[in-house]
Amino acid sequence: MRSEFRLRAERSLASQRARGNIRRAMDGLILKRRAAFPDLDELERLRDQGQAIRDQALANLPELLERLERRCATNGMHVHWAEDAAEANRLILDIIRRHGGHAVLKGKSMVSEEIGLNAFLAGHDIEPIETDLGELIIQLAREHPSHIVAPAVHKDRREVAELFARHFPEEPYGEDIEHLTALARRMMRERFRATRIGLSGVNFAVAETGTLCLVENEGNGRLSTTAPDVHIAITGIEKVIARLEDLAPLLTLLTRSATGQPITTYVNLISGPRKPNELDGPHEVHLILLDNGRSRIHADPELRATLRCIRCGACMNHCPVYHRIGGHGYGTVYPGPIGAILEPQLQGLERQGELAQASTLCGACGEVCPVRIPIPDLLNRLRFEQAQGRALRHGRRSGRERFLWRLWSLIHASPASYRRISGFVTRLRILARIRLGPWTRTRAAPRIAARSLHVLAQREGFRDD
Amino acid sequence: MTDARDSILARLRAARVDSRPEPSVPVRRFSWSRRETVERFRIGLESVRAQVHRVDDDWPRMLATRLRESKVKNLRYGPDGPLGEELRAGWPTDGPELIAHDQPIEACREALFTNTDAGFTSCLGGIAETGSLVLWPSRAEPRLLSLVPPVHVVLIEADRIVPTLHAMMSEQRWSESMPTNALLISGPSKSADIEQTLAYGVHGPEKLIVLIRGEDRPTGDRFAGQPEAID
Repeated sequence: MRSEFRLRAERSLASQRARGNIRRAMDGLILKRRAAFPDLDELERLRDQGQAIRDQALANLPELLERLERRCATNGMHVHWAEDAAEANRLILDIIRRHGGHAVLKGKSMVSEEIGLNAFLAGHDIEPIETDLGELIIQLAREHPSHIVAPAVHKDRREVAELFARHFPEEPYGEDIEHLTALARRMMRERFRATRIGLSGVNFAVAETGTLCLVENEGNGRLSTTAPDVHIAITGIEKVIARLEDLAPLLTLLTRSATGQPITTYVNLISGPRKPNELDGPHEVHLILLDNGRSRIHADPELRATLRCIRCGACMNHCPVYHRIGGHGYGTVYPGPIGAILEPQLQGLERQGELAQASTLCGACGEVCPVRIPIPDLLNRLRFEQAQGRALRHGRRSGRERFLWRLWSLIHASPASYRRISGFVTRLRILARIRLGPWTRTRAAPRIAARSLHVLAQREGFRDD
Repeated sequence: MTDARDSILARLRAARVDSRPEPSVPVRRFSWSRRETVERFRIGLESVRAQVHRVDDDWPRMLATRLRESKVKNLRYGPDGPLGEELRAGWPTDGPELIAHDQPIEACREALFTNTDAGFTSCLGGIAETGSLVLWPSRAEPRLLSLVPPVHVVLIEADRIVPTLHAMMSEQRWSESMPTNALLISGPSKSADIEQTLAYGVHGPEKLIVLIRGEDRPTGDRFAGQPEAID
């Protein structure tokens, strides 16, 4: 029986249009990132530094969180802690209700996706208004983001134009990107003016100063956090960093790895609500610190590296599996290589363990990660745990599997037997009609070469030692 | 709520951690001359479609002309800001209408959102590496003044441009006293959310005009483009 993941992946593979859109976007992002780091030695030093900053933050996580809480409170913010999605949603709802809000301006936040905030709020008669252009597209289409940085990357301009035409029928139709962007601006303007509650994610939370750092290009993040009376920020507990000066290298790594930009248009550093003598800004700022499985990941010294992630998306931009199945193929909030290690840990191997198989182990994700998360190693670790778990549940391997592995080890135990067998297979190759299960369902079977690599190498003058 | 806090912290404390060395900051150092620093700042901003002009002390007149040419009818500014008096004094009588922005947002939200063409602010400095303006909005020049109007005009003194964000943070000791809101602005608002194609003018200003003053002034400024001493 095919698993849900396999069915989803097959559906994604069948969608030629989305595949083309994703592929074009990813090819562009790869080139932009490469151009943004012209000096490879410097890039490696920067990555060392990024890793060191994040490692150190995770090594001192409880102290830094307490410090962040203290500093934010001194600055006049309200700090809340949430064990899980339900608790975070409840906290947010309470704040909104206390202010009599009926709608919330949302800056882009993956954590809000993680806790299913939009559906929760809608179920309590509160309208979530996605303000980021990509998120707006996704919200109108009733979909989920397919990429953590570019949520609507699977859609082309035509699909967006048709979507906008359905939702804003009084506006003129156009497929020009400038036109579509201007339309989104007009549609959002009144919401920015009138909505009293804003919500955002956090890119980095600085413990030293009690500062929330948000990066964005559109200005919707700034508007969502400064125009309303109340600003609610939600973040995973792992996003804290020790010092303000750590921001400089992390920002360099984040924006260049994500989109190849030297910096985003806006970097917003929020260290508290409006002071009594100030003329604008929110009267209240709330910070919600969400665990939702992160402390469990933190407990394991090897898997802890997962929490270094700064959500740049470079791993998915470079992943051959993501290129083909896109974010929706994974069926989780966080897709791509980071999702394949994070989601099985957040949701458990029983539910999402199969995602650890969604990789060719080509290693590209590990090579581009700005904080050097060894994603391929962690994928292997999760695969190992999953296999162990299976062994525990189902006892030993099946008789057939055991037989095959015993045969395999017998053949590979001595050069003579290996050569005899490979020579035998090579000679009989015409007879062979190979079927390799799922592999040959969508591909031609590999043809066995007329001569083994060993023979070819010998002919080229290589010796056996 | 305290339950969540205590149990999260308890779990984190139970984890086995090896102590980590202090990460060294920063790696990126540049030994640009003053001229090159300003030049990189300009190129960075222009590459994201900001309009950059070199100006002298007659800048209010020059700005008024530019704005009038692009059909800007009014300009909001903070009369108590560092440049408020200079702007008002040098503003030509036939320039776009100058509006003093000195009310709480509750009293001028409507006017700011629906009837303001441009906003003027000073800035704390600039960052050459990324072509960024650094703003610390204040009572005199509040947050939304640089955000809501479709055009944002900034005047920057050339000697306030430093090579990197790190240099600015450490020279000015930001960590000792952060304002409620600090901002880096690098160009007009933009998005690439559709087909990774850049479009300018999303929710923030559609146009960013940057006036650089005093580039040739040979003052003994504290941000001279010497190699940074930090290692």
